[in-house]
Amino acid sequence: MTPPTPRHERGLVRPYVVTDGRAHPTRNTFDLVTLVLAQYDRPLTGLSPEKRRLMELCLGGPLSVAEIAGHLMLPVSVTKVLLGDLVDSGHLITRAPIPSAQLPEAQILQEVLDGLRARL
Amino acid sequence: MDSALASEPAPDGDLYLRRTVSTAAKLLVVGHFAVGKTTFVGSLSEIRPLRTEETMTQAGASVDDLAGIEGKTTTTVAMDFGRLTLSDSLVLYLFGAPGQQRFTRLWQDMTHGALGALVLADTRRLEQSFDVMGLLEELGLPYAVAVNHFDGAPVYPEEEIREALDLLPETPLVTCDARDRVSSTRALISLVEYLQRRTVVREHV
Repeated sequence: MTPPTPRHERGLVRPYVVTDGRAHPTRNTFDLVTLVLAQYDRPLTGLSPEKRRLMELCLGGPLSVAEIAGHLMLPVSVTKVLLGDLVDSGHLITRAPIPSAQLPEAQILQEVLDGLRARL
Repeated sequence: MDSALASEPAPDGDLYLRRTVSTAAKLLVVGHFAVGKTTFVGSLSEIRPLRTEETMTQAGASVDDLAGIEGKTTTTVAMDFGRLTLSDSLVLYLFGAPGQQRFTRLWQDMTHGALGALVLADTRRLEQSFDVMGLLEELGLPYAVAVNHFDGAPVYPEEEIREALDLLPETPLVTCDARDRVSSTRALISLVEYLQRRTVVREHV
């Protein structure tokens, strides 16, 4: 297969170049609102420019998968592939959107309602 | 009107979540083209609303060439979203997208784990809301309807709108101004109150 010629229209690298041609992440654990936290003790040397950019964003503080995709202006599917690699390499850890103790939905709804009412 | 426009300018440094946040809840804001989804999300979000796009081929491949799409059979799938930190431990994400994206992975991602949906409607084009309402019903995702008031749009009695949209008696119907933070917050509260009533009923059956 002939490698695609790099183009920079719209300032975007072709997504499959960013992900080395992969359409799926190495793990299937990313929800749009999965919380992502950077590990501070991992070197950024050797990371691809996109992964480095992702790490630089995440080193500032916790963000959701959707926010990372939005800030980096990458499709969610591509972002998930990059996140999967960075979790595998120990650069990132994730926190499920709902804690493992599985809060009952009724409790979450009450907290959402309280939070919204407090904003009025 | 008591307007909350441009109140609470986003302070610097609130790009990131509080480190104490442990739970992320998800609500959808759906409706047809130009019904005000992006405006609604923007009124409520504490961060500058973000947008992600995926370009997909007709075959539905999830990763496709974003460059040089001209002349190809591609669809751009877009989603706008915003964030509200509701407490030290809880954050709420609002995802806005049109319903015609139903077969895409982005739509699946968006609906997965969502507590419910707010359907925005426009009295000038009520029939255009059927598509997305049917889709939510297929998914079993509970929803409330908020008529987004547009200047100059006809105002109908609630009963007529209910009938036109063929709403179940328990489905909440409210009016809102998507540009107004307080009005939009009230519409979301109506939705969450409804979700809560349903949970109580389910737990006592």
